Amino acid sequence: MSDYSLKEIEQWNERIEEIARDFGLEYYEQEFEICSYEDMICYETYVGMPSHYPHWSYGKAYEKTKTLHKYNLSGLPYEMVINSDPCIAYLMKDNTLLLQVLTIAHVYGHNDFFKNNRLFKVGTRADYTVEMFKNHASRVRDYIADPGIGYKRVERILDAAHSIKFHTSRVIGEKRVSDSEKIKILLERVQKPKSEYPLLEPKERKEEALPDFKKIPIEPDEDLLWFISAYGRLTEWERDIINIVREETLYFLPQIETKIMNEGWASFWHYTILNKLNLPQNLHMEFLKRHNQVIRPHPGGINPYYIGFKIFEDLKNKFSNDPKKIFEVRELERDQSFIRRYLTQELCNEMNLFEYVKVGNEYIISEVSDDSGWRKVRDTLAASVGMGSIPVIKINEWVQKDNTLVLEHQYDGRELELSYAYETLKQVANLWDGKVMLETFIENKRKVIICDEQKKVVMANA
Amino acid sequence: MAIFKEYGSGGKDRSAEDRRRHRELVEESIKKNIGNIIAEESIIGQSKDKKIKIPIRSIKEYHFVYGKNKSGTASGDGDEKRGDKVGEDKMGKKGQGDGKAGNEEGEEIYETEITIEELVKYLFDDLNLPDIDKKKMAELESIKSLKKIGYQRKGIPPRLAKRRSAVEKIKRKQAYLRSMKELEDDDIQQDEAAEEVVDGIDLPDKQEFRRFPFMEDDLRYHRVRVDHKRDFNAVVICIMDVSGSMDQTKKYLARSFYFLLYQFIRLKYANVEVAFVAHTTTAKEVNENEFFHRGESGGTYISSGYEKALEIIEQRYNPVNWNIYAFHCSDGDNWTEDNKRAVEYAQKLCGVCNLFGYGEIVPGYYSSSSTIKYEFQKHVKTKNFAIVTMTKKEDVLPGLKKLLEKEGE
Repeated sequence: MSDYSLKEIEQWNERIEEIARDFGLEYYEQEFEICSYEDMICYETYVGMPSHYPHWSYGKAYEKTKTLHKYNLSGLPYEMVINSDPCIAYLMKDNTLLLQVLTIAHVYGHNDFFKNNRLFKVGTRADYTVEMFKNHASRVRDYIADPGIGYKRVERILDAAHSIKFHTSRVIGEKRVSDSEKIKILLERVQKPKSEYPLLEPKERKEEALPDFKKIPIEPDEDLLWFISAYGRLTEWERDIINIVREETLYFLPQIETKIMNEGWASFWHYTILNKLNLPQNLHMEFLKRHNQVIRPHPGGINPYYIGFKIFEDLKNKFSNDPKKIFEVRELERDQSFIRRYLTQELCNEMNLFEYVKVGNEYIISEVSDDSGWRKVRDTLAASVGMGSIPVIKINEWVQKDNTLVLEHQYDGRELELSYAYETLKQVANLWDGKVMLETFIENKRKVIICDEQKKVVMANA
Repeated sequence: MAIFKEYGSGGKDRSAEDRRRHRELVEESIKKNIGNIIAEESIIGQSKDKKIKIPIRSIKEYHFVYGKNKSGTASGDGDEKRGDKVGEDKMGKKGQGDGKAGNEEGEEIYETEITIEELVKYLFDDLNLPDIDKKKMAELESIKSLKKIGYQRKGIPPRLAKRRSAVEKIKRKQAYLRSMKELEDDDIQQDEAAEEVVDGIDLPDKQEFRRFPFMEDDLRYHRVRVDHKRDFNAVVICIMDVSGSMDQTKKYLARSFYFLLYQFIRLKYANVEVAFVAHTTTAKEVNENEFFHRGESGGTYISSGYEKALEIIEQRYNPVNWNIYAFHCSDGDNWTEDNKRAVEYAQKLCGVCNLFGYGEIVPGYYSSSSTIKYEFQKHVKTKNFAIVTMTKKEDVLPGLKKLLEKEGE
């Protein structure tokens, strides 16, 4: 901080907070930490949590970030915000005054989003965030320090658990129901009593087959981590590590599911607030320049800041008589629904969005945002955001007689990358300590990939 | 009102531990690919410290990810039309949206710089051959020398240190004289009256004074360390069949092998020389470049190469002073009439070399069972002879290992 003092920043912050409150933003208590460039890389590596548990993948992430930055391939983020209460944000020491001001305003956008968006409200406990990460870290470190366990064995479980870390329940905030409750629900559904309003019932009710209640799981289960930790042949500490990885994913799910909204919302607010600040001429010019950098389109790719900002801006203009509307949207939606509902043809057109497919070795444009194509473009985008980019894998059955775990990939037209599927399956087999099978479709044919106890993987027709 | 804190990590680097582990895993992955890496390098003339760049695949974190047939969206400049080509394979990485989801499928490749020495170290770590080094060193002690490193009181007569013993005696004599003088002074003061008597008694002592002989205690012997002087010179003689049937693929394998052998030998000797012998039906000594790049047509007399090697050894590398490693690469396509001579010369080579190896290179599945290999197996029984068969790049390392095991015997 060369040409400005902390005091100055605090004064700017005071004005920003005032404007933010006037606009109706409602956020957690905010804490800013001002850190160096090296610290920033570190924070970025450890998802903002310096007290994160150790694993080599973070060492790799660090090297990668540093290298990319060294060659100017990617800028360091101006800021980093943690979904916690109080909300913690890091500002980089070397940034210019304007960047700090812009970042602070941006942070209040995120902070408001964390506090109000439904996914965060039901899916995370912001007041426990810091404690949770510290607790996870100390548990993992204890296992490493335990002479009966040690670094290598902890690493092996972490490697395996990380490989399926996104395969937990996708429904945010949903409580797991016990098997007995599930049976009750299923029975009720099948033996539904005659409704009070028989006219509302469909004329012919299809007889639903009763599932086999002895089967484990009763219904296909997408929470691989939970299932393995519940039924796997694991020791107590192994189970615990799997749960740690699972809890961390659950914490990040809302962020994964709202990347476009969250960044769009924060960008929308830094833009709105800074326009209200009556910045002096020189700062204002820098503000416009930086803002345009943040929300510029990435040709050949998707910039979540750009799309999110554009949609919120469009909503504000459309509902100028209902200023509450955008607040409602930020509360209720997630990226997928946000795009499906509010990405209009005009916006698609303005942003020149197109859809491409791979033909042979080439990427060919399949749809553009004209009258006939824009819906397809929108839907493809909606299907690929957030968890949509991760294949849905469910556990169909645990065949107990030979301890085989049968997985199924819910095929939606997108094939699995086989080389990755093979290796991931080996990791699942590591955790499961037994044979693992995965059913999927390759070139529209049903296939089953089998990983046996010796970690030999073969593919066969199903 | 927000709180502002200036954060200082105090120079602590939280990521150090994880980076170290990552680096370790990368090194392991280098070791796994070492055969491929090392086969690329030029055989000699590389200084140990020269850094070479090698691409390594990064340590992958596997997840279930979508493959190549998925569609994607992206923003453009508005001129896009259906059917336009927007990119080739590389673009797969883009347009996937959230990077956090960790679904990059693109091959991540690092480039790491390491020195050849490190590379070789990894390589021989990987071969798990520590014992061979020791054995080899033991065998190499050809000359013993004795080095005097001090003195000791006990010893054998030939190691008597005469000068030192004399010095010891003088020291003792001086000490004796001083103590005698002190004694005398005391006596004078205390006992002047008895002077006459003392003089009379002392007389025999004074006689002995003049003689003062060596005593057992004066003798010193040299302390000696047995020094194992090693032979520091080694020569690698690369003999290669360059006849028409030896194509580039075969030469490439041979080259990899020579490189590895050279590196290994260089680990153990201070001074390693390399000689190249190329042969068809006749042999000549060539330089490295010619050796690998100039092809010749014609038939094959393996014996000619051996004869030339023996000639070189005789002229320049006396086996008394040089450790000789000879290795011959051929596709085994020797002319039958030469087989007998070849075996004969091979035996001779075994007589002068530390190690003589024959590498038969048969790329692909087609392999004519060569008669010369059979002849060698049958007739050359010496312990320092090894036969290695290579069909592909991956065979080079196991081949070398086999050869070195032979050396360790």
